[in-house]
Amino acid sequence: MLKLLKKIVTTGIVTEKCKAPKDAELETLGIEIKRRIDKKFSGSIAIRQVDAGSCNGCELEIHAINNPFYDIERFGIHFVASPRHADVLLVTGPVSRHMQTALLRTYEATPNPKWVVAVGDCAVCGGEFGQSYACCGAVSNVIPVDMTISGCPPTPLALMKGLLGLLDR
Amino acid sequence: MNWTTTFLTQHVGWIAPEMPDKPIGDYIGGLVHHSPLDKVAVWQIADKHWQHFAITALEENLRWVAGWAEQADEQFIVNACFEKHGVYIVLRTLINGTKLELPTQATVYPAANRSERHTQDMFGIKFIGHPDNRRWTRHQAWDKHQYPLRKDFPVQGNPADITPPDMNYDFVKGYGAGVYEIPVGPVHAGIIEPGHFRFLAVGELILNLEERLGYVHKGIEKIAEGRTPESLARLAGRVSGDSTVGHCWAACQAMEQAAGIVVSARANLIRGIVAERERIANHLGDMGAICNDVAFTFAQMQFTRLRELWLRTNASVFGHRLLMDVVIPAGVSRDVSQLSCELLKKDIIQIREELAEIMLAVDLNSSLEDRLYTAGYLSPEIAAAFGTVGYVGRASGQDFDVRRDAAYAPYDQVSFKVALEDQGDIASRFWVRHKEINASLKLIERFIQLLPEGEITTTWKTPAIDSEGLGIVDGFRGEIISYIRFAADNKIARFYPRDPSILNWPALEKLALNNIVPDFPVCNKSLNGSYSGNDL
Repeated sequence: MLKLLKKIVTTGIVTEKCKAPKDAELETLGIEIKRRIDKKFSGSIAIRQVDAGSCNGCELEIHAINNPFYDIERFGIHFVASPRHADVLLVTGPVSRHMQTALLRTYEATPNPKWVVAVGDCAVCGGEFGQSYACCGAVSNVIPVDMTISGCPPTPLALMKGLLGLLDR
Repeated sequence: MNWTTTFLTQHVGWIAPEMPDKPIGDYIGGLVHHSPLDKVAVWQIADKHWQHFAITALEENLRWVAGWAEQADEQFIVNACFEKHGVYIVLRTLINGTKLELPTQATVYPAANRSERHTQDMFGIKFIGHPDNRRWTRHQAWDKHQYPLRKDFPVQGNPADITPPDMNYDFVKGYGAGVYEIPVGPVHAGIIEPGHFRFLAVGELILNLEERLGYVHKGIEKIAEGRTPESLARLAGRVSGDSTVGHCWAACQAMEQAAGIVVSARANLIRGIVAERERIANHLGDMGAICNDVAFTFAQMQFTRLRELWLRTNASVFGHRLLMDVVIPAGVSRDVSQLSCELLKKDIIQIREELAEIMLAVDLNSSLEDRLYTAGYLSPEIAAAFGTVGYVGRASGQDFDVRRDAAYAPYDQVSFKVALEDQGDIASRFWVRHKEINASLKLIERFIQLLPEGEITTTWKTPAIDSEGLGIVDGFRGEIISYIRFAADNKIARFYPRDPSILNWPALEKLALNNIVPDFPVCNKSLNGSYSGNDL
C-alpha cells in the first residue's frame, strides 16, 4: 500500500510539471474568458454537448479541452449531464434526421437564457455530408444558432476562442 | 495454394466462380488471378444456395466478415464476404427486380443479422427466415416502402419538416416481479455519440441489454455515389472521425485496386506511420477513459496528457491533429522531412518512458484491479461466433490481425507481435491496448528506418467502367472493409465501408449481461464502438 501511495504521489508530481508547458495565447485567452464569465454568469457557464450526427472527430477535440493542457474548467466552463443544467448547447454534426427531434427536445429542455453554439463544419454548413434525405444540413436549419465554430474538426484552441466570442456578444 | 482451392474443389457443383467462360481448372489453384477483385476470389452462386453456402462455410470455420448489396439496372447484386487464415472470398448472387428475396444467413451467422436488416431497409431485399424482422437503420426519416439506396430514390428524398421520433420500436420486454426497464439515450450524459440502450434489470443486475442504433445515419453510401476519387476519400475519412486514417486508407486501397495503380513505397510507409500513430492516439484516449469510468482520474489525466502531446506532433508533422486527409488516392498528401523523422523518433522515446512510469502505477492499483478484472466478460466462443475483431476479439483469444494475416504494404516488409489475451474482461481489453501501443511504437520506428527516397503520389488513371476494389486494412478498432465500384468517367457507383464496430457492437449486448448497471459505462468504453461508423 505504501508502495502504491508512493507511486501515486511521485507520479502526481509529474502531472504538475507537465501542466507547465502552456501556450501563451491560451493563458491570455483563458483569463479573458474568466473575466467575461465572471461578469455575465457569476463565474460559471454550464455546457451540454449534443452530437447530432458528427463523425466523432469534433467530440475528440471537445474532450481535449478538458485535458490538463487546456483544462477549460479552471475558467469556470464545465460540461453537465443534463440540458436542464445547461446555459449553452454545444451541437456537432449535420443534424441527422434521426436526431432532429432529439435535438429539438434537448433545446426545449434547456432553460432560458440559453445559447447554441454550432461546432465543426458539419454543424455550421453541413460540411462533407450536406443536406440530404438523411441530414438536415446544418444546426441552424433546426434550432436558432447564436454562434459558430468552424473547423473539421475545430482545434481545442479554436473551441476556446469560440467560447470567448460567444461571451463577447 | 490455400483453403479456397480445396473448398471450391469439394463444392464445385454449385459454387460457380466469376467469369464462367474460364475453365474451372483455372480457378482451382489460379483462382485469385481471374477474380475481378485483386487478391480476393469472387464466387457467384444461385440465390437459392445463399443460406446453404453459409452452413457449409460455418462447417469449414469461415468467419463472416461483411455483407452489402448494390443495384445494377433491374437486378440487385448481393455480396457476403468471408475470411479464413487471412484469405478472403466474396460470395455473390444476383436477384432480379420482381422477387427480391434471399434466404437469410443470419440464422447461421449472428454477425450477419444487422447487416441483412440494413440491406433490407436500404434496398428492400427481404431475407427469408431472418430471426429478427424489425427495421434497423430506418427510423422515421423515410417511408417503409422507400429504399434510399435504390437508383430511383433521389438523394434529397422527401423528408418531413420535422422527422418524428422513432417511438414504436419493439424492444424485448421483461416480465416478473422486480424486473424494470431503463431507457438510455439517444442523447447521453457525456461527450459521446448518440445511440439508445434499453436495459432490463433486477436491482442493479443487467438481465438484458438491447442496442438501438442508427441515430447518426447520414446517408454516407448514398452521397458517395457520383463522387470523384478525391472527394470519396474525404468522405471515407469522415465515416468515423477517430478512425479517419483507417477508413481513408481502406477506401483508397479499393480505388487503387480498381484503377490498377501501384502506390510508391514511400507513400505506403508514410501511410503505415500515420495509421500506427492513429492507433496509439486512440488507445491512449481509451485507456484513460476506461480508468476515468471507474473514477481513477489520475490515469485519465496522464493518458489524456500523453494523447495531447502525441496529437500536437501530428499537427506539426502532418498538418492535422487527427490526421484527416493525409491519405489520398494514389498516395499521401504530406511528405516527412528528415527533421520530422527525428521529431517522430524523439516522440516515441518520450512516450515509451512516460508510459512505463504510468503503467507501473496503474498496475499496482488494487481499486482499478477490483473494477476491471472479471467485469464485462466476453467468452472466446461468443467472440468467435460474432466474428469480433480488433482489441475486442484479441482480448478474447481471437488471434487475428489483418496486418499480419493478410499483410498489405508496408506491413508485408515487417514482422511484429500481435497482442493477444484470453481473459476476455475489461482488464484484458485494457492490456491488449497497452501491448498494441508498444508494438505500434516499434512499427513506426521500423517504418522510418525503411523509408526510401521517392515520390509520395502516383499519377491517377481513370478506372474502366464497372471495375471493383475491396480494401482491407487494420484500423485501430480492427479490420476495416471498403468496397468500391466505379461508374464511367472516374465516378463512384457504389461505396460500402464496413467499420469494425459493426462486428463488435453485438458483443456488447453479451458482455454486459450479469454486470451491474453502474458498470455499463466502463463496459461500453472498453469496447468503444463507433456509432457513426455503424450507422453510416
